[in-house]
Amino acid sequence: MNSKSLKKYFPIFVLPTLIAFIIAFVIPFIMGIYLSFCKFNTIRDATFVGIKNYVYILTKDENFINALLRTTKFTIISVILINVGAFALALLLTKKIPGTNIFRTIFFMPNLIGGLVLGFIWKEILNTVFLKTTGRPMTYTGADYGFWGLLVVMCWQLMGYMMIIYIAGIQNIPEDVLEAAKIDGATPFQILYKITIPLVMPSVTICLFLTISNSFKLYDQNYALNGISPKTNLVALDIYNTFYNGSSPYSEGRAQAKAVIFFLIVACITFAQLRLTRSKEVES
Amino acid sequence: METEKMKSQRIHRMIASTVSFIILVSCAIVFLAPIVIVVMNSFKKKVFLRAGMAFDLVTKESFYGWKNYINGAKRVEMFTAVKWSLIITVCAVVVIVLFTSMTAWYLTRVKSKITSIIFYSFVFSMIVPFQMVMFPMASLADMLGLNTPFGLIVMYVGFGAGQCVFMFGGFVKAIPFDVEEAAMIDGCNPIQTFFRVVAPMLKPTMITIAILETMWVWNDYLLPYLILPRTGKIKTIPIAIDACSGSHGVTELGWLMAMLVIAIIPIILFYLLCQKHIIKGVAAGAVKG
Repeated sequence: MNSKSLKKYFPIFVLPTLIAFIIAFVIPFIMGIYLSFCKFNTIRDATFVGIKNYVYILTKDENFINALLRTTKFTIISVILINVGAFALALLLTKKIPGTNIFRTIFFMPNLIGGLVLGFIWKEILNTVFLKTTGRPMTYTGADYGFWGLLVVMCWQLMGYMMIIYIAGIQNIPEDVLEAAKIDGATPFQILYKITIPLVMPSVTICLFLTISNSFKLYDQNYALNGISPKTNLVALDIYNTFYNGSSPYSEGRAQAKAVIFFLIVACITFAQLRLTRSKEVES
Repeated sequence: METEKMKSQRIHRMIASTVSFIILVSCAIVFLAPIVIVVMNSFKKKVFLRAGMAFDLVTKESFYGWKNYINGAKRVEMFTAVKWSLIITVCAVVVIVLFTSMTAWYLTRVKSKITSIIFYSFVFSMIVPFQMVMFPMASLADMLGLNTPFGLIVMYVGFGAGQCVFMFGGFVKAIPFDVEEAAMIDGCNPIQTFFRVVAPMLKPTMITIAILETMWVWNDYLLPYLILPRTGKIKTIPIAIDACSGSHGVTELGWLMAMLVIAIIPIILFYLLCQKHIIKGVAAGAVKG
């Protein structure tokens, strides 16, 4: 009976959100899929071209393939660096050292600063570092300076965030388990490998996927730090560049096709995450 | 013998915690250094900001006073940008929290095919990266005349709805149904029930979501850049920052540094004021999202 009297209130409770959702997401999403099979400049002049766009971007578009490979490499390295660093910081901060709260505040702070501002903050700093150590600016194309610079920025930003999640995980470990291990004579390393790490596995899964999806979808930092260049573009920026700076009349269609592929990859990552976290929940 | 062992253990522990402390302090310095360097550079004259001079300390000779701030803010209309960023963020977050909590309550309480289709569409939108809908969304906004701050807020509600409805939905399920039923029997209509009974119970979740959405909207660059007219007076902080970055013709490093400092100050204040809520909220958002 409750839900019946509530039912009539659909226009008040759901409609405003739903209209915004349809305008911002549903229509653009459906159009996006259709447009990826089209040649177009604006959404009004689309002509259907079949899978031409997909064939081109997967076989002939070096920028896209390179961006995909670069993004994959970037994601793998950043995931390892960020999680190892964050876990180490979390271990140190759960040892009852004076000033823990201040350290936590400092390490988490970069997370609140937007990607664009972060990128610009680091641009001159990294440029100076590269000039002083190698004599070349970050934009030097003979080496991957821009790529490594971006990794530094990403670590600086995300380590504190993951650290917070790891701290919560470590603090959830029952005190008596650790006590028992100590009494049985386990060394600190044994405690770490046999108790701490297995017991924080749920946090590890969360952090892994957060870092994967954040690195894979990275845009603002990449744009601010490296500018738009086929040498440093990650996928998201390559898609943007193809949309708005493309020279061919097919550019928009190809960019939309790239976006669809990008979406499919992100969707796969998310499903993998769901399956993994679900199966973990069953175990525990 | 026993005391000897305990003594050595204590010394061992003291060394360990001293080493940890030193490591933490050095990490903290590395984490803070970029901000300090930007603040320092924002007070330097142009000639002292050439490539490779970022780490040089400010001297009497290179000190430029507040000139970078004054000139930069004038050139990119920074204070207009701060004003619009505040207006857009506050409005968008209030509207998002209000609308999506109402929607989530309705969708969780009224069970039908339509409500579950709507709910799962919201959930689905969470996994779609922005680039997928970017171009059609911007074109549609132009066609519908939504290339205004109001339109931008509509877009934030629509694009943020997925995560918020999902998170609110999870918490609505945890609220005991009897309380709502009692309120209804006592003569409350659904709107009164929501605002008097459900909303107060959702308050912690509302704070979490408000914080997550504030961080998103305040820092977002691409959406306002694509939606708002390029030549217009209306801009947000990230757009103003981008305008003095050199990617659009204006290269004044001193201005950029000063504008970065102006952009960071509100964030740091917000962080220091609601630090506990922010850290908790972000951790909760990570677990649920």
